[in-house]
Amino acid sequence: MSVATHESGASAATTGPILELIGIGKHFGAVQALAGADFHVHAGEVVALVGDNGAGKSTLVKIMSGVYQADSGSMRVDGREVHVHSPSAAQSLGIATVFQDLALCDNLDVVANLFLGSELGTKAWMDEVVMEKESWRLLRELGAKIPTVRIPVASLSGGQRQTVAIARSLVGNPKVVMLDEPTAALGVAQTAEVLNLVERLREQRLGVVLISHNMADVQAVADRIVVLRLGRNEAEFRAVDVTTEQLVAAITGASDNVVAERNARREASGGPE
Amino acid sequence: MNGSVSPARLGRWAPPAALAVIWLVMSLSNPRFLSAVNLTNLMLQIVAVGAVAVAVVLVLLIGEIDLSVGAVSGFGAAVTAVLSVKQDWPAVLAILAGLATGALVGLAHAAMVTRVGVPSFVVTLAGLLTWQGALLLVLGDTGTVNIDDPQLVAIAGTFLAPAAGWALAAAVTAGSVVAIVGSLRRERDRPARRVWPWVVAGAGAPVAVVVFNADRGVPLAVVVFLLLLAGGDLMVRRTKLGRHAMATGSNASGARRAGIAVDRIRLAVFMLASVLAVTGGILAASRLLAVNQSSGSTDLMLTAVAAAAIGGTSLFGGRGTVWSALLGALVVGSLANGLDLMGASSPIRLIATGLVLAVAVGLDTLAHRAEVTPFREHSRPGR
Ligand SMILES: Nc1ncnc2c1ncn2[C@@H]1O[C@H](COP(=O)(O)OP(=O)(O)O)[C@@H](O)[C@H]1O
Ligand SMILES: [Mg+2]
Repeated sequence: MSVATHESGASAATTGPILELIGIGKHFGAVQALAGADFHVHAGEVVALVGDNGAGKSTLVKIMSGVYQADSGSMRVDGREVHVHSPSAAQSLGIATVFQDLALCDNLDVVANLFLGSELGTKAWMDEVVMEKESWRLLRELGAKIPTVRIPVASLSGGQRQTVAIARSLVGNPKVVMLDEPTAALGVAQTAEVLNLVERLREQRLGVVLISHNMADVQAVADRIVVLRLGRNEAEFRAVDVTTEQLVAAITGASDNVVAERNARREASGGPE
Repeated sequence: MNGSVSPARLGRWAPPAALAVIWLVMSLSNPRFLSAVNLTNLMLQIVAVGAVAVAVVLVLLIGEIDLSVGAVSGFGAAVTAVLSVKQDWPAVLAILAGLATGALVGLAHAAMVTRVGVPSFVVTLAGLLTWQGALLLVLGDTGTVNIDDPQLVAIAGTFLAPAAGWALAAAVTAGSVVAIVGSLRRERDRPARRVWPWVVAGAGAPVAVVVFNADRGVPLAVVVFLLLLAGGDLMVRRTKLGRHAMATGSNASGARRAGIAVDRIRLAVFMLASVLAVTGGILAASRLLAVNQSSGSTDLMLTAVAAAAIGGTSLFGGRGTVWSALLGALVVGSLANGLDLMGASSPIRLIATGLVLAVAVGLDTLAHRAEVTPFREHSRPGR
C-alpha cells in the first residue's frame, strides 16, 4: 500500500461520486435494519463499510444491488436519481455485487458461473466458444490462478471461488463493485490474493465497496472507512489517519464501553500485543 | 480431476456399467434377449416411459419434482383419444389439443409453486389425484376409448423401410464424423468439446439399424423418442433457457441475484414437462391402441422417476443430462424385459428395480455431499 495509491483515491473525491445513497431506511418486520444511512463512493476509490454484526452492512449492499428495496431515502448513480427494483436493474446501471455467500452455482463450471444471467450469443442460444475465450481474458486480467475453466466451481478452493465471484462481477463492465465479507472464509495467503484483486479493481478506476470484519484488511486496502452502527452512520475516517482503536471504538459505539476500557487497561500495562 | 474415484465420477459411469452388466446377464441366461425381435420390442416398450422420464429429468434439473407426470400423460392422451374417436377430430388437431392440455396443466402446477409457494412435491401430488380423476371423467362410463384413427395408430405402428433406416444411420454417422473431425482440428484457442458422445452416436447408429432391419425396421416411435432426447439435450446444454434452468436447480437464490427470472424458468420447465408427459401418453396410447383407466397409472410415474434417477440425474437439482432418461429407461426396461424372458415373477422385477434405484440414489447422495464442503455450507441458503 503505497501512499501514492491512497492519494490517488483521495484525489478522485474532487469529482462527484459515481454512487450515492442518502437517508436510506429499511425495516424487516419490527427490526429496523437501516435508519437513515448515507453512503457514497467515487471512481478509483476503495470505501470500506464496517460495523458490528447486525449493523446493516449487508442490507445496505443488498439495497444497492437491487435485492431489497429501501423503505425511504434516495439513490443516485453519476448524480442522477435512480430506482433499483431488481438485481438486473442494478447490473444495467453498472453496479456489480460479490455477495457474502458468493451466489455461485456449485454444479456449473467456471464459464457458466462467470456469464450467469448475461450469457453471450444470440437471444436464445449461447456461444460457448466466445464465452470461454472471454473467461480466460477476464481471469488473466485479474491475475487469477484457475487451473481450468471447465470444471464445476464446487471443486475449486475457497480463494479460487472468491476469485470467480469477483471476476463474474466484472462481466458487465460495471462502475462500482461491492464485496461483502470477501475474506471472511479465507486463509492468510488467499486473503492477500483477494486484497490484491481489490487493488486491481481500483487501478481500473472502479469504485469499490468493501465490507469486512477484519480491521487489518480494511486498513490495508481502503481509502476511506465508513462505520455503521444500528443502521446509522456512526463515523467516517480516512484510512491513513485512523488507528485500530479508534475504529473499534466507533464500531462498538462508545469510547467508554467494555472494549475501550479493556484496550485502555492493556495500553497502560504495556500496550496491545 | 485426476484418476481418483470420486462419487460424481462413479455416478457418471455407473448407469452405462449397470446396463452392460444387465445385458450380459440377460443374454447369458436367455440367448433370445439379444435377438432382433426382442431388442426391437424392448425399444418399443421403453419409448413411452422414456419420454415421461425426459419430463422428470427437466423438472429434477431445476431442483423440483413432478409426481403428476403419469396422470398427466394419461389425461392428455385421453383428451387426444376422445377428440379423435368421439368428436372425429383429425389426428394432428387431436394431438395438438392433448399437448395443449398438458401445457395448461403445467401452467397450473407452476402457478401454485411460484405464486403460492407450495412445494412442488405437494402441488404435483395433488395434481396426480386431480388429473387421474380428470382422466376417468374424460374416458366416460366405458372407462376405455379404443383408437382407430390410422394416423394415431401409425405413430407406434410404423416401421421405416430398410433403405430409410440406412439413410437415417448414414446421416447420424456423417454428422458425428463432421463433429469429431471439427473438434480434433480445432484452433488452439477454442474450447475442447467432448468427442466420445459423437463416437457412440456415429458407431451406434449403423449397429442399431442392422438390428432393427433384421426385424421389422426402425420403429417410427423410437425415432420420435430420439428426437425428443436430442432436442431436450440441445435445449439444456446450448440455450440460455437451459443454462438458467440448471442454475435455478443448482442455487436458486444465486440465480435470482444473477438477474435470472427464476419463476419464469420454473414456469417454462413445468409446462414443458407436462407437454412431454402427454407426448409419452400419446406414444403409449398409439402402441396399446387405446386409452383406458390404467393409462397414466402411478406405476408409470414411479418407473419414469426411477429411470431419471437411475440414469444419473441428481435428485438435488442442477446436475444431470437429458440422455439419462434413455439410459435409465433402458436399465429399467431391460430388467423387466429380461426377467420376463427368464419367466421371473413380478416381485423379482420390482425388487431388482428397487435395488438398482437404491444404489443409484446412494451414489447421487454421496456425490452431492462431496460437493458441499464445510466452509461453504453457509453459501447454500434454503437447503
Ligand atoms: N431478510 C431479513 N429478514 C429479517 N431481518 C433481517 C433480514 N436481513 C437482515 N435482517 C436484520 O437486519 C439487521 C441488519 O442485518 P445485516 O444487514 O445482515 O447486518 P450486517 O451485514 O451488518 O451484519 C439485523 O438485525 C438482521 O437480523
Ligand atoms: Mg453481513
